[in-house]
Amino acid sequence: MLKRAVASCLVFLLAVTAVPTAGDAQAPIKIGVIQPLSGPVAASGNYVRMGAEIARDWINARGGVSGRKIELVIEDNKSDPKEAASAAEKLIVRDKVPAIMGAWGSSMTLAAMPKLEEYGVPMVVETSSAASVTRRGNPWVFRISPPSEMEALGLAQYVDKLGVKKADFLAVNTDWGRGAIQAFGDMLKKRGVQVGAAEYMEQAATDMNAQITKIKGTGGDTLFLTTAVEQITLVLKQGQEQRLQRKIITTGGSSSPTQLIKQAGAAAEGSYHIVFFMPWFPEAMPDGKLAKAFVDEWNKRGHPFEGLTEGFRGHDGIATIVEAVKLSGKDEPKAIRDALWKVSFTGVNGPIKFEKDGPAGKESGQSKPSIFVVQVRDGKVALPDFLKK
Amino acid sequence: MEQLLQHLVNGLVLGGTYALLGIGLTLIFGLMSVVNFAHGEFYTLGAYAAFAVLALAGWPFFAALAAAIAAGAVLGALCERTLLRPLRGESIDTVMLVMIGLWIAMQNTELLVWGGVARSIPHPFPTEPLTLGPLNIAPLRLFVVGAAAALIAAAWLLIQRTRLGTAMRATFQDRDTAALMGVPIGRIHTITFAFGSALAAAAGALLGPVFLAYPSMGDLASLKAFSVVILGGLGNLAGATLGGLLLGVAEELGAGYVSSGYRDAVGFVAIILVLLFRPAGLFARAERIG
Repeated sequence: MLKRAVASCLVFLLAVTAVPTAGDAQAPIKIGVIQPLSGPVAASGNYVRMGAEIARDWINARGGVSGRKIELVIEDNKSDPKEAASAAEKLIVRDKVPAIMGAWGSSMTLAAMPKLEEYGVPMVVETSSAASVTRRGNPWVFRISPPSEMEALGLAQYVDKLGVKKADFLAVNTDWGRGAIQAFGDMLKKRGVQVGAAEYMEQAATDMNAQITKIKGTGGDTLFLTTAVEQITLVLKQGQEQRLQRKIITTGGSSSPTQLIKQAGAAAEGSYHIVFFMPWFPEAMPDGKLAKAFVDEWNKRGHPFEGLTEGFRGHDGIATIVEAVKLSGKDEPKAIRDALWKVSFTGVNGPIKFEKDGPAGKESGQSKPSIFVVQVRDGKVALPDFLKK
Repeated sequence: MEQLLQHLVNGLVLGGTYALLGIGLTLIFGLMSVVNFAHGEFYTLGAYAAFAVLALAGWPFFAALAAAIAAGAVLGALCERTLLRPLRGESIDTVMLVMIGLWIAMQNTELLVWGGVARSIPHPFPTEPLTLGPLNIAPLRLFVVGAAAALIAAAWLLIQRTRLGTAMRATFQDRDTAALMGVPIGRIHTITFAFGSALAAAAGALLGPVFLAYPSMGDLASLKAFSVVILGGLGNLAGATLGGLLLGVAEELGAGYVSSGYRDAVGFVAIILVLLFRPAGLFARAERIG
């Protein structure tokens, strides 16, 4: 009996050692991706995945990283924080990925973060906006999307030109939404703008009439709206049903104005959107040539145009991790983490370079992304008048 | 005051849609003792059927509504024949597990077929709201409430006033006696489940254009339907209708005057209160207990 047990242990050990190890020159370099591919915010997650696949194919077409191909291991977090944590665990333990990109929503990212620290694997955060993502003292987190404060500061210079006198807020009831109301509220108060109602909606909620009725009662002139494109569509449509006459400004960069025009129609007219990529005028981006190439590739693949404002995040996230792998020369979690601090290149959004954020000694990395404002006018996406040269 | 009126109108319109979700579920439970966890998926099926017929085939709105009802009825009948018939006489828990399986299978099939991206379903109603003094209401929502009322009335008439309805009630009161009287038991079961599923699909086709269609839309619908049915008393058609209106108004007022972040919590607090004082639901008759 004992003999047989020892024998099977030996067989097991042999089997384990026969699997190609991380250092194998020909084995692909695995990168984990956690995105909401189903559930209430699935559209955004799928677009990020498409962008990530473009980055992978471009890098592989150029011969990969020192002869090794990039392989994406993609997991669905079902728009659910619990699922995000188990997806991270699965990627790290079962697939043994040395780095992860994810996990779209702030609540999902925050839920996955303890796993990074537990196993020591870095994650590039491509979308999340809550300040807490880089303030929790998790040294394995590197964010290329702007936290809400950075976004609010980016908008501060336009507050007067937008004519904001009294603002209300409607946000998804998550870390992202709550953080955005805080950040934009602080910025507006500092500039002497009155702040009215701050209303919330559940992520899966479809009927926002109660909140809209309440907001109508405050007599403000501007509504800051923070949620994903599905709920923005519903709020715009229901706002129209109740004749809510407000300047609407969406935050977080997940508004996909082209999709809004398609699905909300006239209800989207006049609304302003903070975005981090302008696929309508790629030449106006920091690296116009790269942005144009990305848009062309996206169209060539037949992906929906409205997904580009999310899709670029996937490209930039994977490109960031690959830069770090190149700099470190190996695909090991700790080496990639150390190399992420040295990364400096220009992605579709603009320059990516990490600075320290969070409690001393356990800082997370935070890049300073470019921020843009666009407006829906005559059923098209345009630069607002005050930005026109 | 103006706000209160608008909140009440919003709540009643929302409640009408909840009632429509609840009656199909309560019908299947009351007549068949099947806890239909897949109810929300028939709602999703209705929305996607309407989307396919309207946006892809380009048929008119009412044809889409009919197609959705037909799709719900056919798939409902199919599910009853293949899944529920072999389980007749099994315990309610076994049946519940099978329905949970059906729920997961249907939702993932929808994800596979339609993808995760939400679809907007076109409709022929003007988007400009009708205005009455300080009140605004979209024509589409008004139509949905009217259609919901008509469907609820039709369901009630079918069960109370037709031969088929009598046969249905007889079957579920005492199967053996009904069979001895010549009622085709198997067919009655199939028809009942198909009818309940068709009502859910109708709700999906009606509400799809109001909101958006996406594979997980049924989860919220199921949650609301179960709340409504518990509130109104399991198996009680009038209870489900009033329960729906009550839940809609409670949620709306909760969001309007307490906190919009706790909107769903307000609805559930209302349910807990009702269950504390009337454990069988607001409108349950004594004989339904136990």
